[in-house]
Amino acid sequence: MRKLIVITGILFIGGLITVAFRTEPAKPASYPILAKDSIGSVKAFMSVYKVLMSSRCMNCHPAGESPLQGDDNHIHTMNVKRGVDGKGLYAARCSNCHQAENTTGLHMPPGNPKWGLPPSNMRMVFQGRTPRQLALQLLDPKQNGGRTKAQLIDHMAKDDLVGWAWHPGDGRTLPPMSRPAFAAQVRLWIAKGAFAPSAKAK
Amino acid sequence: MITITVNGQRHDINGDPNMPLLWAIRDIIGLTGTKYGCGAAQCGACTVHLNGEAVRSCITKISRADGQHVVTIEGLSANNDHPLQQAWNEVNVPQCGYCQSGQLMSAAVLLRENPNPTDQDIDDAMSGNICRCGTYQRIRAAIHKAADMQREGAKI
Repeated sequence: MRKLIVITGILFIGGLITVAFRTEPAKPASYPILAKDSIGSVKAFMSVYKVLMSSRCMNCHPAGESPLQGDDNHIHTMNVKRGVDGKGLYAARCSNCHQAENTTGLHMPPGNPKWGLPPSNMRMVFQGRTPRQLALQLLDPKQNGGRTKAQLIDHMAKDDLVGWAWHPGDGRTLPPMSRPAFAAQVRLWIAKGAFAPSAKAK
Repeated sequence: MITITVNGQRHDINGDPNMPLLWAIRDIIGLTGTKYGCGAAQCGACTVHLNGEAVRSCITKISRADGQHVVTIEGLSANNDHPLQQAWNEVNVPQCGYCQSGQLMSAAVLLRENPNPTDQDIDDAMSGNICRCGTYQRIRAAIHKAADMQREGAKI
């Protein structure tokens, strides 16, 4: 009887170990994979970079603790700060002024249900990054919010707050290409190998 | 029909859902302590609490407040005795007074979230409320005083 219990125990523990170490079946990537092409990949990224460094994207990915405003990327008036969750501080929470949609009129607060900066523990800074730095940062799950390449594409192509950049309300310039064109360039960058530009690229 | 609870009282408002909350508070409900300053969320005079957050009521549509709880300056305390109101009195903060209800509503959120604010915390919380008379130094002093009173009150 005792033997039976010991054998059952060993089998049970063995089973647990097998389950714990079972490798996930390889999922097919949800984005097209093309032949590796460092030149084509970098070329696509450089278009992506131009969009990310445009005011509509960069203003909420600042190097400091304050968001930026306007096409000249000036520091947000009213001393607004990121806060821990990226949604502001105390009486200066983003959604206190920024509604779920753009408020009509020039110089009125733009809006989106998710309005805010990246949180303080995942700052995802665009401002001041070179193309190479930004490409490497975007690909690093420790710096991109834990995103896989497929999730990165999804974020750029479908995220509602990212999409605000193409519907920014009155008086704000648009990024330098359409969102479908942007998403296509992101896909191309990654499909061709997700290469980072050289350190010299500007 | 939009239903908003203001200072604990339910109000059914039959108006355009895009109407600014400030309009409803002042013109329909009749609470005129909350002021109109800029109409663009630039000055903070119209600050009220929407579910505890210091929103700018001049650009917040009543549709956003539907079914929610709003507190205006009239509802900050039962007898005008919120530590901030007492400190405001003691320090004689207001000059013309126009921005002060917004200042108090913002300061109340700060003190709720940070009972012992530094000058920097006060700047971070209060910079969206501007005062044409320049009472900023007294506002800062009164917030420190209210924080002290709040701490003393907590000991009792």
